[in-house]
Amino acid sequence: MITLGKVRQRAESDAKTHGYYLNPDPNFLGDLLEGLKRNEERYGYPSCPCRLASGKFEFDRDITCPCDYRDPDVEEYGACYCSLYVKKELYEGKTPILPVPERRPSEKQARAYRILAETPAEEPSGAAVVVAQELSEITLRLWYCKQCGYVCFREEPPYVCPICKAKREMFAELKIRTDA
Amino acid sequence: MRRSVRWERMKIAKVPGKNNKHKVLMYAISTCAWCKLTKKFLKDNNIEYEYVDVDLSNIEGREKIRREILKRGGSLSYPAIIIDDKILINGFRKDEIKETLEI
Repeated sequence: MITLGKVRQRAESDAKTHGYYLNPDPNFLGDLLEGLKRNEERYGYPSCPCRLASGKFEFDRDITCPCDYRDPDVEEYGACYCSLYVKKELYEGKTPILPVPERRPSEKQARAYRILAETPAEEPSGAAVVVAQELSEITLRLWYCKQCGYVCFREEPPYVCPICKAKREMFAELKIRTDA
Repeated sequence: MRRSVRWERMKIAKVPGKNNKHKVLMYAISTCAWCKLTKKFLKDNNIEYEYVDVDLSNIEGREKIRREILKRGGSLSYPAIIIDDKILINGFRKDEIKETLEI
């Protein structure tokens, strides 16, 4: 069972790793952590509390906290979309925390309105299953980091390699084929 | 164990308030802290409003909300506040909300 303490601890340790701070308003922070907990309970993963999730992890991967957009948003606006993670100046109250515009591409956002898991809280299983109404909706590909070899299966490569911190430019698509 | 969740098509909740000069409809996410802040702000200012939690709506409800927001030139980010069926404000932009509601 996921507890609020665990959600908080995870966010705190991630903020520390990346040199960020958590939102300084205790009530606002409490609401965000509560939202993350709720999402983990109903979807099985901590989808962004301020965004509409589809309920299918493969489609919500980019908005699962910490989301793909956090680093560029903190860089540009000083806070991530939901304002869980903020820069030092915002944490110290020198700069106000204002709403951050949505960086997630609109075509990805739109899918949360079409794809809806009937049973959002699925039993976690080892196998990842990609489900969509149309085959063309599956846009996931294999990517590898040319610097360290890290491989991931998602729509776009991450902004930063989680293993060696190489930038997105170091990622290339990985295609597998057999020569008959 | 699989928990089944009942999805409402689109449940509109009404919050009463003394100030009902403007018609206020807010699309929100039930877990969103910014939406909560907006709800509190409206309540503290005695504004009567209605809201729909988009994440608790089913696929038809979501599609309807998506079209409503885009039709008014808004973006699919929450809160999306529609005032008097014409003005759409995306996000908890306090000054803009205050100005539109004349408070």
